[in-house]
Amino acid sequence: MLNNSIEHKNYIKKVKRRKRKIIITQILILIIFFAWWEISGDLKIVDPFLTSTPSRMLKTLVKLYNQGNLFKHILVTCGETILGFCLGTFLGTLIAILLWWSDFVAKVLDPYIVVLNALPKVALAPIIIFWVGNGIGAIIIIALLISIIVTIITVLNGFKSVDEDKIKLLKTFGATKFQVLTHLIIPASIPTLISALKINVGLSWVGVIMGEFLVAKEGLGFLIIFGGQISQLDMVMISIIILAILAFLMYKCVAILEKRYRTFE
Amino acid sequence: MNKVDIKNICMNYHTITSETIVLKNISFSVKEEEFLTIVGPSGCGKSTLLNIIAGLLTPSKGKIYIHENKIRTLEKNIGYMFQKDQLFEWISVWENVILGLKIQKIFTEKNKDYVISLLRHYGLWNFRNHYPKQLSGGMRQRVALIRTLATNPDVLLLDEPFSALDYQTRLKISNEVFKIIRDEKKTVIMVTHDIPEAISMSDRIIILSNRPAEIRKTEIVNFSKEYSSPLKRREAPNFRLYFNSIWKELDSNVK
Repeated sequence: MLNNSIEHKNYIKKVKRRKRKIIITQILILIIFFAWWEISGDLKIVDPFLTSTPSRMLKTLVKLYNQGNLFKHILVTCGETILGFCLGTFLGTLIAILLWWSDFVAKVLDPYIVVLNALPKVALAPIIIFWVGNGIGAIIIIALLISIIVTIITVLNGFKSVDEDKIKLLKTFGATKFQVLTHLIIPASIPTLISALKINVGLSWVGVIMGEFLVAKEGLGFLIIFGGQISQLDMVMISIIILAILAFLMYKCVAILEKRYRTFE
Repeated sequence: MNKVDIKNICMNYHTITSETIVLKNISFSVKEEEFLTIVGPSGCGKSTLLNIIAGLLTPSKGKIYIHENKIRTLEKNIGYMFQKDQLFEWISVWENVILGLKIQKIFTEKNKDYVISLLRHYGLWNFRNHYPKQLSGGMRQRVALIRTLATNPDVLLLDEPFSALDYQTRLKISNEVFKIIRDEKKTVIMVTHDIPEAISMSDRIIILSNRPAEIRKTEIVNFSKEYSSPLKRREAPNFRLYFNSIWKELDSNVK
């Protein structure tokens, strides 16, 4: 390989420079955005009571931290999301396996799944709160409901798109249905499972924040609602920013998982 | 001695709106270590016939005997090779070739040694830890063949096994596969629409008619000793004659 020719070196330089340019621009946008926010608030171009400013948000952050509640709120929301997300993926996959196993059951349940998929799951929240009570349980169930149906549909489609001839191959070896599942269907669907994970990260956040709006006494969703009720937009804004950072980090975790699987492949 | 007896196979396909007769009274036998090829117009039911022999489909009528033992369900002594290699991309070459042994729960030392000897003999041992993606099309098809041979099947069923390969690889691989099959003394039933491929590999060729498929003609292929491999056979003077005879038979079918 000619990896030391001048042309190749120039090419690598060009690729790296472009990459650096993109990252620098991304960071610049962030800095300019916050700077502009701060300046226009301080100069009263916009009303800082309505928009808050980064410095006011920082103060609120420090205040929350000093009260000792900040990490509790973050941990509660994260915990609920991760739990809802894992349960949604796990149970969804399990149900998808059952539907794959029995074509009859899949056909019978098809219209119900379609309806459940179209139904905004948040509409069920009042019922859930009645059934499981006002608390973390209800929030997790709402998050679970939002992600489970999409998981079932995505994963089942993945299962069904496995090459028929590969199934036939295993059958000529005399494989049982369970062996087809474990040797072929599940490993062949790992990429689908990972993309289901990616969708579920986002959906679980929606579910948890929704749930917290309705029932919580703690968590970031609670801070947002509470801040709104006491006209403390600083608190609302900083909670949203923490939320954005957490959602980004969680998405990154799944992306790393995906990348690791890809390199293994 | 006959290895496979196919007796009066009939097959009808049912849909809500119609019933289609696909196979009509097909009977033939395959001798021990014989290479038999079935050719026919496309859509005539060649693959259906192969699936029935493999036990993947139940025929409407008729029986199939292997070793004079009646097949009731899926017999485990059948090896099936597909158009595409159907290797599992997520496991290594080694795990691919022992797949059948693991499924049948006969991954014994003896069988393991047999697979190792196959890999060594056919130049794939050094690639055992590679993933299928890292292999060329021809090598992949060889891995697929070894996976099929690993369970030591009595009969190999080849369903257009080379048609997904490019022309050059196809000639080379059909040559190699032929050699492996001869070395391992296997009985083979192959389905193809490629007449030269059929002539270059087979001992006998069965020509099917249009649907509903019946046996039109059986052509016994004979080459003198010096034309020992499929590639060499293509140069034999009587190759052309076989081609013309089969071509005419197929052509009279297409209206």
